[in-house]
Amino acid sequence: MQVIVRVTDLSKQFKNLTAVDHLSFSVNEGDVYGFLGQNGAGKSTSIRMMLTLIEPSNGNIEIFGMDLAKNRRDILRNIGAVIEKPDVYKYLSAYDNLQLFARLSGIKPTRKLLMDQLEMVGLAQRADDKVKTFSQGMKQRLGIGIALVHNPQLIILDEPTNGLDPQGIADIRNLILHLSREMNKTVIVSSHLLSEIEQIATRVLIIDKGKKLVEGNASELLDPSQTIVELQTLDNVFTLQQLKLSKWADKIQGQRNNSIVIKLDRREIPALHTDLAGMQIQLLSLQPRHSLEDYFLQITSGNQHVDTYSN
Amino acid sequence: MLTLIQIELYKIFRRPRTYIAFGAIAALILIIQFGLKVDGKSYADFLMKDVGGSMEIDGNIINGYLICYIMLQLLLVHVPLLVALIAADMISGEANMGTLRLLLSKPYSRTELLLAKFLAATVYTIMLLIWLAILALFVSMWIFGIGDMFLMKSSYVVLISQNDVFWRYAGAFVFAALAMVTVAALGFLLSIFAENSIGPIVATMSIIVFFTILSTLNIPIFNALKPYLFTTHLISWKEFFDLKVNDANEAIIGSIQNPQRIITSALVLLLHIVGFVGAGILIFNRKDVLS
Repeated sequence: MQVIVRVTDLSKQFKNLTAVDHLSFSVNEGDVYGFLGQNGAGKSTSIRMMLTLIEPSNGNIEIFGMDLAKNRRDILRNIGAVIEKPDVYKYLSAYDNLQLFARLSGIKPTRKLLMDQLEMVGLAQRADDKVKTFSQGMKQRLGIGIALVHNPQLIILDEPTNGLDPQGIADIRNLILHLSREMNKTVIVSSHLLSEIEQIATRVLIIDKGKKLVEGNASELLDPSQTIVELQTLDNVFTLQQLKLSKWADKIQGQRNNSIVIKLDRREIPALHTDLAGMQIQLLSLQPRHSLEDYFLQITSGNQHVDTYSN
Repeated sequence: MLTLIQIELYKIFRRPRTYIAFGAIAALILIIQFGLKVDGKSYADFLMKDVGGSMEIDGNIINGYLICYIMLQLLLVHVPLLVALIAADMISGEANMGTLRLLLSKPYSRTELLLAKFLAATVYTIMLLIWLAILALFVSMWIFGIGDMFLMKSSYVVLISQNDVFWRYAGAFVFAALAMVTVAALGFLLSIFAENSIGPIVATMSIIVFFTILSTLNIPIFNALKPYLFTTHLISWKEFFDLKVNDANEAIIGSIQNPQRIITSALVLLLHIVGFVGAGILIFNRKDVLS
């Protein structure tokens, strides 16, 4: 599968603040790539660097196999983006905004194309209304229409469900799935709303304080048969030694927040429990984690850096 | 690039704010014209009170040419504010609306985008001057007629034959456009540093007022500085209305007393435009867009 985005060792320093810290990840063609992190984690800064709005302090960004620093124009021609808020010209109508940004993206749109686009985002009936009369949800949909109007290969949506009601969130989710499944677009979606990402992402990157915490296939992160289990014992060092000598050795993921992390089939949990008892290990807790949100909250509450464990 | 300029012009002329300047100029000019039409004789008497005893003038001195000159003197002091309203909003307004990040993620370089915006602001400024010319010159010519142009300078009187006036206005308006584009370039540069329009608009006007005061102060320590201040040269359009005279002290038709001063002023203003826009491009190309 072709790699569409390859970010290597990307950093951004703002005076005393390290917003992005040696971040590396890659996005494959056709992925819906969930870019997750709490507010201030560095998602928007990373996205802005991918759109050349912010100059990286260090690192390299390749998109469509080209170096972004050297091929900015060719790359941006094939990207559509909504960056944080879907701000457009409020004194223009939805149609005029769409036409203006289509021309800025290098195409000469026909009225039919523009109306089809507005139809797709549910704004055809309001095409001639000024944007200043729109709700936040309508502006968000118009922003997405603008991002898509030039038929880009890569779509970057930064917090696309911000300010939307439940129906609006569902509409955006369905639109992203449509773009990925029916139109074979590659979509990067950043969000702190994990329940949304859970339903659409094929791959997930979680960052915190500018650093990568985990990157992997969403299906594996969420696969109930591949559960992450956290063990807390009275003596974790002894436990780890014993586990490394046992059949569980290759399932150990590492240590985090005074816990030993093991990835295993959910059905193996009773056997693990039995073996721990056999090893004379004094168990304090054994906690399976199988929701992305649960997982996200757990790993972002500490500062530890976990390497990619699934590709 | 042409597409970018078209889009920038489209945005300028779709904003209601743009028409404030055109409306303000129209209102001011029409009020002055109305006042002079109703009570022009009193104004003529006022103009002539210092020279009335030493010379006699046939005909009506209140004609379209003189009225245009009066209005230019009055209005060209205020037009910079109207120019700054748009030029100082070109980048900061986009940052304020949040559209700057979307604009900059399109496949154009920042230099192209900035040049397109500046050229669009220049077109707006020129259109404002054309509007001023139409109302102040042509409408005044239509309402008050034409005749020889009688000007009271600080220490002398200039009388320009009516056949020798029109080209001077053409030159004066071209020069005034250059002066106002300089103001636009300053506003444009300041616009890069702000995320709302008020700051750059106020800063542009403050700089103009500050330098104008320095330009007019007759203090020796500032005299060496004056030739380099753009504000010193903003009013050089008036040079078009100073004539050379022959040995019999008669005006030489088609002459300008000090053409070198016009050329120098134009060059200083051009250098300022290049400096302001060039600095803007340099700074903007290195700027992180966080708005």
